[in-house]
Order: sequence, then structure tokens, then C-alpha cells
Amino acid sequence: MEVVMIIVIGCLFAGATYLMLSKSLLRIIIGTGLLSHGAHLLLLTMGGLKKGAPPLLGVQAEQYVDPVPQALILTAIVISFGVTAFLLVLAYRSYQEIGTDNIEQMRGKEDHD
Amino acid sequence: MTNAVIFPIAIPLTTAVILIFCVKSLKAQKVISLVSAGALIAAGAWLVRLVDHEGVQKLDVGNWPAPFGITLVSDMLSALLVLTTSVIALAGLLYSFYTIDSKQASMYYYVFFQFLIVGVNGAFSTGDIFNLFVFYEVMLMSSYALLVHGGTKIQLQETMKYMIINVFSSALFVIAVGYLYAVTGTLNMAHLAVRISGAENTAVLTVICLLFLIVFGLKGALFPFYVWMPGAYSAPPSAVLALFGGLLTKVGVYSILRTFSLIFRQDIGYTHTILAWLAMATIVLGVIGAVAYRDMRQIAIYNIVAAIGVMAFGISLMTKESLEGTIFYLLQDMVMKTALFFIVGAIAYVAGTNQLGRFSGLLGSYPLLGWAVFLTALALSGIPPFSGFIGKALIIRAAFEKGQLLFALIVLLSSLLVLYSVMKIFIQSCWGEARGYEQKRVAPLYVPIVALLALAVLYGIGAEFVRPYIAQAAATLADPSLYIESVLKE
Repeated sequence: MEVVMIIVIGCLFAGATYLMLSKSLLRIIIGTGLLSHGAHLLLLTMGGLKKGAPPLLGVQAEQYVDPVPQALILTAIVISFGVTAFLLVLAYRSYQEIGTDNIEQMRGKEDHD
Repeated sequence: MTNAVIFPIAIPLTTAVILIFCVKSLKAQKVISLVSAGALIAAGAWLVRLVDHEGVQKLDVGNWPAPFGITLVSDMLSALLVLTTSVIALAGLLYSFYTIDSKQASMYYYVFFQFLIVGVNGAFSTGDIFNLFVFYEVMLMSSYALLVHGGTKIQLQETMKYMIINVFSSALFVIAVGYLYAVTGTLNMAHLAVRISGAENTAVLTVICLLFLIVFGLKGALFPFYVWMPGAYSAPPSAVLALFGGLLTKVGVYSILRTFSLIFRQDIGYTHTILAWLAMATIVLGVIGAVAYRDMRQIAIYNIVAAIGVMAFGISLMTKESLEGTIFYLLQDMVMKTALFFIVGAIAYVAGTNQLGRFSGLLGSYPLLGWAVFLTALALSGIPPFSGFIGKALIIRAAFEKGQLLFALIVLLSSLLVLYSVMKIFIQSCWGEARGYEQKRVAPLYVPIVALLALAVLYGIGAEFVRPYIAQAAATLADPSLYIESVLKE
């Protein structure tokens, strides 16, 4: 099961890298989304995909699932959700203000001697 | 166990929440922010005193015992950094009062300001590596908002790039934490140190260590990850820039210092050599940038890069003396860089431009400003008796003792060029005939500038008084067992 997950994560990272290297802002943002999805899946897989009882003392099972990676992912998902929302608004505002969504044209500034 | 550790996080957090509700009244915002900044300094000083008297302080949040729950830990290093952050926060507030107009302030400026302090203090005080990530995000989120605050074209454009690079590095942070958890099965820094010191497979740990170096290097502007900085830092108003220059990159340095001295000691010969080479490249490219530009802001920004290199070099040596020097240098650099950006901002305010050569002769009308630049140049390059001297002296002495002559010489040479680059601002803006600037009222701006400079001078002259504290901080870093024992004991 872990091997399948690793391949999925690899595909997500590859897609994210491809998208983040493109010029359109929207594609870059989708790329960052995919990247964080990959990172979250990796976190889950790294904790081990064990089959076990829920981590409750009352269950009294032989083996429990590790709850820590799930707590970490929950936190990381919330953070990346917030950041992505901010990015989207920022991209929209910059599109309005600068008049382009091409990152190549978002360079240069006031004069340098 | 003590609650003292959480006050530096709780005070700005509470203030931020209160400020959200009184965003309409500028006066209320200012008063509340000021009171909170004062309380923060008191809390920081109390924490330093407590750590000095009773050793490393920790707080198991929610009463979950140490390796299982999230632990906040303050050793002397954390406590000193928290105190310095509070002082910078107060100075930043005073500067903001006169440079941020009421329209901008009513758009939650002071709220983001407080949240930034929450993130920075949290990152300094946490003893859990995933919690460090969370506080990084708190800090970054506020920094995005502050960077784009005002919404000019240049700010939007630079914030976009700054955000993308930071989102990428955050993803990398999560990945690195995932790997570390898979290998060691714990996230508590002290527990990690115990597990790693007994680990057999150190190769994978070295890979993880380098991943963390990339993550922290990206935040801390280490070569080759500093390229985002000159662009991003050229956009925001001076008050924001000073905060960023004084606090944000230093959090990256602190993280490297903490992880490289506490956790990743398994292969010092390899990882710390890489850090030393990166530090050298950072110093060289930093001073080249500082010397090359004629834009005051860019000169100051590249000065940050050069200083980061010096600190990273101090960390890479990993002797007690070099760590002491690094901490000395880190604390003074936070204060001095903030002061430098305040001064550059004040000069740009009266001259209307950041470009050197378009104005001159400030010394006639603004003598205090001129001498402030002069003093900053001396302090930054490390001329005794000012604040930069003792840190650099300790680092270089440690380098000579370890036989790294070349690296020590590069650090010495870089000091000379740093002196030249800031002196260039002094000569070109202050000497010559008076032209190209207006008479404006800058007296309120002098308050934070003079306060920070006075602090820096006292820090340099009173080094004997400060040294016991710094030595205590360095001792905990050089011998992690002190830290580990106090965290993991019941």
C-alpha cells in the first residue's frame, strides 16, 4: 500500500513542479495546491499505513493507528487552505492592478542608477 | 513548569484580537498597542530573569507530558531573543505611529503587526518541530499581509513572488517533518535529540538535516536561497521593512542554530562543513551586493545577507566560543538592522528617493540623522567598542582556533566592505552641498532610532555585563543534555 501511495505522491509532486514552472498565475497557484496535497499525503504515508484500531484506550486492541500524523495533516491542511485563499485573492488583485496574470511581466520596478 | 513561557505569545495574541474590535479608533489602537508592547518587554525581562535563576523553563501545553504533547521551552537563547523581539516591536510601533497614515492603519495594520510578533515569539519559544512550522506560518501569513499592505503595484507584484517561494518552502518543511517523524517517531526537539544520538542509520538523517537546511535557508536568506529577498524587501514601507529585516530572517537563523546544535549532531563533519561553505558564499555575495548598489534600501538589504552569512559561519564552527559569538552577533544584528532601516527610511522620507547621488548635505539640516548613519556603519562592521565587535571577535577567534584561516579572513574582509557600503550612504547623503531634500519634521522618527542606537552602544560597551547571559545561552547550545534533561524530566 505504501508503494502505491509513494507513486501517487510522486505524480502529485511532478504535476506541481510542472504547473509552478509555468507563467500563468492561476496555474502556479494550482501547482502550490497540488504540492501541499502531495506533502500531506506524504505525511500520512510516513506515519505508516497500519491497519489497527482507533487510538482509544477503551478499545483494548492489539494494535492502534498512530494518531499523530492525522493531527499534523489536519493542521497542515487548514494552513494551506488559508494560504491558498490568500494567494487567490492576491492574484486577482494583482491582475486588476497590474493588468496581467503573466509572472514574466511582473518584474522590474522604479529606476536604478 | 511555569506559565512565564507563554506570556510572550499570549500578550500579542490577545492584543491582536482586541485591536480587531477597535479598528475604527486610531487612538485606541495606538494606546493598546503601546501598553501591550510595554507588557511584552516586561514579560521578556521576567523570562530572562527566571531562566537565569532557575534554569531552562518549560510548559507542557494542556498538561500532556513532554514527548507526547506540545512543549514550549525557553532556554536562555529563546528568552534573550524574545526580549530583543519585544524591544524591536516597541521601536517598530513608535516608528509606525508617524509613518503609517491613518487610512492604512485603519485597515488592520496594527493587528497584523501583533500577529507577526506572535509568530516570531512562538517560533523562538517552541520545543516541538511541528509547532515550529505552525508558528512559522503564523509569522508568514502576517508578513504576507504586511508586505502587501497599501496595495501599490510594486507591493502586489513582489508579494506574489514572496508568497510563492514561501508556500514552496512550507511544503518542503512539512515533507522534512514527515521524514523526520518516519525515522525517529517523535516531534519533540529534545526527544528527537535523544533518539538521533542513539540512531544507527545516520545517512538518512543527514539527508533530512540538509532538507531542513534548505527550508531554514529559504526563510533566513542563506545562499543560494536569498534571491527572493532584495525584490520582496524593496516593496513595503520602511516601518514594515525594518521589522522584517530585524525579525523574519533571524527566525530562520535561530532555527538553524537550534536544529544544528540540538538535533542534527550525528555527522557534524559533513553537514556543518556544507553550512560553512554556504555561509561563505552568502557573505561574499552579500557584500558584493552591498557595495554594488546605489539604492540605500538595497545596500541595507544586502547587509542583512552578509550578516546572515557571518552568523551561519559561527553556527558551523560549533564550539562554545563560536556559539557565544553567534548569539552576541545575532542579538545586536536584530537591533542594528532595525535601526538601519529606520534611518534609511527617514533619509528617504526627507530626500524623497532611495537613490544615492540625487541629494547631499543632510548633515547641515539633520545632524542627528547623519551621525546615526555614521554610528550604524561603525557598529555593523564591528568597530570596537560598538555592538558588532564582540560577536565577530569571538567567531573569528574560534575560527582561528579550528584552523579555518581562509574563512576567518573572508569574514574579516567582509567587515571592511560592510563598513564601506554603509559609509557610502553616510558620505553621499550627508557630505557636500545641501541639495535635493526638503525640510520636514522628523523629530518623532528620532525617538526609536536614538533608542535603538543607544541600546546597541550600551550593548557593546556593557558587554561584560551581558556576557554571563550569553555564555549561559551558549552553554546550553554546546551541551544539549542540559536542554534535554529539563524538557524530558517530570
